[in-house]
Amino acid sequence: MPTLAQQRVRTAWLFLLPMLVVLVLTAGWPLARTVGFAFTDAYLGDLESYRFIGLDNFALLVQDPLWWQAVRNTLVFAVASVSLELMLGLGVALMLNAALPGRGLLRAAVLIPWAIPTVVSARMWQWMYNDLYGVINQGLLGLGLIAEPIAWTADPDLALWAVVAVDVWKTTPFVALLALAALQLVPEELYEAARVDGVHPFKVFLRITLPLIAPALLVAVIFRLLDALRIFDLIYVLTANSETTMSMSVYARQQLVEFQDVGYGSAAATLLFAIVALLVALVLTAGRTRTAALQ
Amino acid sequence: MRPVLRKLPAAIGYGVLAALLLIYTLFPFYWAVVSSLKSGGALFNAELWPDLPAWENYVAIFREQPFGRNIVNSSVVALVTVSLSLALAVGAAYAFSRTRFRGRTGLLLTILSVSMFPQVAVLSGLFELIRALGLYNTLPGLILSYLIITLPFTVWVLTTFMRELPRELEEAALIDGATPFQVVTRIFLPLMGPALVSTGLLAFIAAWNEFLFALTFTLTSEMRTVPVAIALISGASAYELPWGHIMAASVVVTVPLVLLVLVFQRKIVAGLTAGAVKG
Repeated sequence: MPTLAQQRVRTAWLFLLPMLVVLVLTAGWPLARTVGFAFTDAYLGDLESYRFIGLDNFALLVQDPLWWQAVRNTLVFAVASVSLELMLGLGVALMLNAALPGRGLLRAAVLIPWAIPTVVSARMWQWMYNDLYGVINQGLLGLGLIAEPIAWTADPDLALWAVVAVDVWKTTPFVALLALAALQLVPEELYEAARVDGVHPFKVFLRITLPLIAPALLVAVIFRLLDALRIFDLIYVLTANSETTMSMSVYARQQLVEFQDVGYGSAAATLLFAIVALLVALVLTAGRTRTAALQ
Repeated sequence: MRPVLRKLPAAIGYGVLAALLLIYTLFPFYWAVVSSLKSGGALFNAELWPDLPAWENYVAIFREQPFGRNIVNSSVVALVTVSLSLALAVGAAYAFSRTRFRGRTGLLLTILSVSMFPQVAVLSGLFELIRALGLYNTLPGLILSYLIITLPFTVWVLTTFMRELPRELEEAALIDGATPFQVVTRIFLPLMGPALVSTGLLAFIAAWNEFLFALTFTLTSEMRTVPVAIALISGASAYELPWGHIMAASVVVTVPLVLLVLVFQRKIVAGLTAGAVKG
């Protein structure tokens, strides 16, 4: 006769089972297959006959300058967009946190870029960036700030920054909302005390607000970084398969689907996965050590 | 910080900042609306409002391509994905939030990391699976793949919501002889209404916006979802994209989302912060 506690644990696993089965089928198994394919010469047209070729795909991959370009692009994109989003998002959150008229309207307005599908925002910006008819060039030309139209998404020096700008526009609201939620948890009394003592508002922000919301900001930054490392839609739509902006995900999919080289593409996907998994593991361990230290 | 703006300069400064923020966030969407209402050569003039607003572009996207069908596809896929995810996640969240068992934290963290890993990492394995099941270029194939995105995240958010429901509720019911299944369906589900709406909305938006799987696992234009259809609208050459059509299509799929966001603003924010801050 099982004890009550044992029974409860059994019930818990019964409740978890359907969800776990679905996740293993849709995520676990395909992931294992992708890693497996990375060591073969599988071809998309015929996924049944392939040979095991060891580390050949990885050896080719590390020799491909385009892969390293994709790695560099992804890292630059991730670091640049996330730091800009953090700074802008914090600013917006501080604005939204001030109890002023029109706050509800502002909060609704900043949510809109976040809700717009990435593909749609890429298209909207692509049109605004258009070198001949885009509103950005026409505006800058009209104001006399530039002498001739700029090819925002084609110029190798600008294209990646054009991508970053769209991501910042789209994702700052997410960071701002998380920062705002954290700001609203800061006890009002702390501010009162500082005000009574006549502490300068900037110092209040640095010494009181920032340390208190730092954990929440860190969570937002981690989520955003992991999300930025897998960037696909925005770059694929905004600049197609252009080499100057190609991310690791775009590179892997191009090999896999367009060049039909499942083995090689899977190797690239596996490396990207390994990088992200390593980061997640680091973050989780760091998080656990910190929680342990607090207890 | 809630400074009272006693001073006029500060109030003006705030007003200017707020106006700039509004322009920054709303202008791209406004510009898409304006461009979609311009026809022919008007598109190439950067007027802030068209002289003669025209609906041609809207008519064209439904006439020249199966855009209506694409909208139906996106809606069906997103709704089924959300319902399946919620149904699977409620039970799982109950187990995670109410029972202590070995490996619970580890399992929950594994599930969370599934929602963080790059989708391209399952692409070839999923392609093989979907083809083996005969689901290539079908909506069920997309639903299957979307569960990777929505399920981990629904489990996570619902677990954080459910942790906050009082324990006494279910203890009483269990002592009275209710089965765990009855506890979940009769006691928790009615209380979970707001949480289900929050989570469901976020999952719906994620599924509606998904692109990589939809692009890879569909072939014909009749099976495409809206984001793929919009991304693949092309003209005679790369330099002659039909921008009016693209903008009209963009506005059509964005308006429902914008309305959803405006109506459910609070619910969405609650879901977002439950998923991240409390985690």
